[in-house]
Amino acid sequence: MTNTIANAIKGGSFLVEDVELDRVFTPEDFTDEHKMIAKTTEDYVTHEVVPVIENLEHHEFEHSVRLLKSAGDLGLLGADVPEEYGGLALDKVSSALIAEKMSRAGGFSITHGAHVGIGSLPIVLFGNEEQKQKYLPKLATGELIAAYALTEPGSGSDALGAKTSAKLNAEGTHYVLNGEKQWITNAGFADVFVVYAKIDGEQFSAFIVEREFSGVSVGAEEKKMGIKSSSTRTLILQDAQVPVENLLGEVGRGHVIAFNILNIGRYKLGVGTVGASKRAFELAVAYTNQRQQFKTPISSFNLTKEKLSTMASRLYASESLIYRTVGYFEDRMSQLSADEQKDGKAIAASIAEYAIECSINKVFGTEVLDYIADEAVQLHGGYGFMQEYEVERIYRDSRINRIFEGTNEINRLLVPGTFLRKAMKGELPLLQKAQALQEELLMMMPEEIEDAPLAQEKVLVQNAKKIGLLAAGLAAQRYGTKLESEQEVLANIADIVNNLFAMESAVLRTEKAIQRDGAEKANQKLLYTQIFCQEAFECIEKDAKETLIAAVEGDNLRMMLSALRKLTRSTPYNVIAKKREASVKLIDAEKYVV
Amino acid sequence: MNIYVLVKRTFDTEEKIVVSGGKIQEDGAEFIINPYDEYAIEEAIQVRDAHGGEVTVLTMGGEDAEKQLRTALAMGADKAVLINTEDDLDEMDQFTAAQILADYLKDKNPDLILAGNVAIDGGSGQVGPRVADLLDINYVTTITKLEINGTQVNIVRDVEGDSEVLETSLPLLVTAQQGLNEPRYPSLPGIMKAKKKPLDEVELDDLDIDEDDVEAKTETIEIYLPPKKEAGRVLQGDLSNQVQELVQLLRTEAKVV
Repeated sequence: MTNTIANAIKGGSFLVEDVELDRVFTPEDFTDEHKMIAKTTEDYVTHEVVPVIENLEHHEFEHSVRLLKSAGDLGLLGADVPEEYGGLALDKVSSALIAEKMSRAGGFSITHGAHVGIGSLPIVLFGNEEQKQKYLPKLATGELIAAYALTEPGSGSDALGAKTSAKLNAEGTHYVLNGEKQWITNAGFADVFVVYAKIDGEQFSAFIVEREFSGVSVGAEEKKMGIKSSSTRTLILQDAQVPVENLLGEVGRGHVIAFNILNIGRYKLGVGTVGASKRAFELAVAYTNQRQQFKTPISSFNLTKEKLSTMASRLYASESLIYRTVGYFEDRMSQLSADEQKDGKAIAASIAEYAIECSINKVFGTEVLDYIADEAVQLHGGYGFMQEYEVERIYRDSRINRIFEGTNEINRLLVPGTFLRKAMKGELPLLQKAQALQEELLMMMPEEIEDAPLAQEKVLVQNAKKIGLLAAGLAAQRYGTKLESEQEVLANIADIVNNLFAMESAVLRTEKAIQRDGAEKANQKLLYTQIFCQEAFECIEKDAKETLIAAVEGDNLRMMLSALRKLTRSTPYNVIAKKREASVKLIDAEKYVV
Repeated sequence: MNIYVLVKRTFDTEEKIVVSGGKIQEDGAEFIINPYDEYAIEEAIQVRDAHGGEVTVLTMGGEDAEKQLRTALAMGADKAVLINTEDDLDEMDQFTAAQILADYLKDKNPDLILAGNVAIDGGSGQVGPRVADLLDINYVTTITKLEINGTQVNIVRDVEGDSEVLETSLPLLVTAQQGLNEPRYPSLPGIMKAKKKPLDEVELDDLDIDEDDVEAKTETIEIYLPPKKEAGRVLQGDLSNQVQELVQLLRTEAKVV
């Protein structure tokens, strides 16, 4: 890697070090262009997609094809495509904002996301010159629609266990593919599929398969719980004839493409949850103002206020950590040289660097959305159960997010797993820090917390990092190489890390806002940060305790629990009062505001 | 064709208006291009695409208005001009705005000037016609259709729901009514190109305008929000008593008769 890349923030480094404030990207850093791009996307969704959502929900997919073309006309398909292939090569923030704003379109946002993301990106990142020239200009306009075919009936999370096979024909002109790919988004109308198959049943490789190739067909439309506006079918390959020049990347290196595309998919999915969460919140708060019971709008009841403020503060944390990650990508990608930009390996390395953050984006974002969608239905009461209310669809649409692009369980396991791998490779000083910490804890005295905005939250973040290191360190000591099968402990560690990354991201964003606008104007952000940090920290304490009890025994356990108590000692806020205060602005604005 | 569009930066239609200290609070509010001006911009772009020429969007106010100009450039306008009055003027009205805009335009030889029929904030509908008057050119307000053949112009204008068909000639100022067209969204390539399009800034000094000469002719005495809507009341009793009570309430309580 070049020297400049050394300046980019290391993936996972948040656990072992602090970051300078000006290295952290926040939604308050959007430029005017970013806002204009967001506005165009929003207008497109409101005026073009929303009016036909009912048709899309009933699988009238001719609208999807038409809408993708009109999105292409506006440039909404070309953000990640280089200019020389007809794209716009926008920065990562712009491309994230498109994904966020597109999410109001429900299942159609999945259609769009699958096309521009997992469908087109394998060719953008790993295609050769001929493949890029042949496919990208048409993908960027929507003349061709892309899909991604990895999952099989027998292999989901275990992607490399795929059974689809590829065999070079006797003439050496075509690979002959056989197998079935399941639950393929856009399969109803896609022209181009990125398909994974094992050459000679061994070498996992990627191919660009056109719908028109002989031997390619699709199954019936699936009947799904949600995201009905997207097409989902099986891709059937029966002696499918794929020209040799359509091999994508190298023979036997398909996993490099698959895993990196999954990382991007996760991160983009996280961005999408921000938009969907905002929409669900907006519907919920507007409804509570309009709905009267006992001659009072239900927004004036304290339990409603509690719900609204909890939803908004979690959304704030989620939005903060997701755009922080977007900023990491932008920072790193923009430092790649022109040659590296064209080199799949350099790009793959840049993506893989943030595998931990990508998993956290996915897990945290989708669970915040699921929580908000659920509470939004609850706040609608019986009306939220009725299909004529948008919130009913949002609730159903939300559910898949915790499942696809790697289940949240798989993504949880990836977080500590990747940390340990980085530690073993010497990329992160995890073990050294964990050892130093154990000594420090024996001597530790409680600190006096000063009375300044965020002072308490900063201490909570520091202590959360120590708790994370303590739990991970003790688990690694106890189980060694067998840690992999201690999935409950790994999930606990992942939850601690997820929460602390979210806490820190909220604190950094609020601190940046206070520096820029002063504490008074940043008060709403401060309230969210206080509420979120306190509640997340309580979860961290619980997860850590359970982990310690599992990993340590006897006197040592008593010592470690006492260390944990020292790290969790604080004087909590009256969070009920904080939530009542935070709800005022939300109820007045009738939407999520910071 | 030399086309100018007069553009105003206004509150977003979804903003709640907060008045405090006798002033409308702008803190944290979102601003947009006055929606009627968007029709004007769209029409200007369509006229240019059909007849050639150049579209310049023109606004006055503070530096914040650059954002709306960039949006117009992203939609497809060619050039933008901001007459920055931030340091020179505290108060302005329709007279001030028209004087300054006309002064700027007088040596630019515009063939066609488009403006919104009305701004959604001040709502006077005066600036366009006043500018035309000062430039001594024809004007037609609230138009819903515009056709240009050479210098001949055919127009349909909205007259309180009815249509009036007119024929006039360039140079001309028109103000746009809803229904004239469907304004486009700025495309992403448009947004990226807008960054590189010229956006000039001039001040009153550059135009040789003395601020005393454009001093507002109107004075704002008070700014207040409309009263909150009270709950309705159903009058009881026989019809003639109800009528009497209603008339009395209209006199004494509502004070409208």
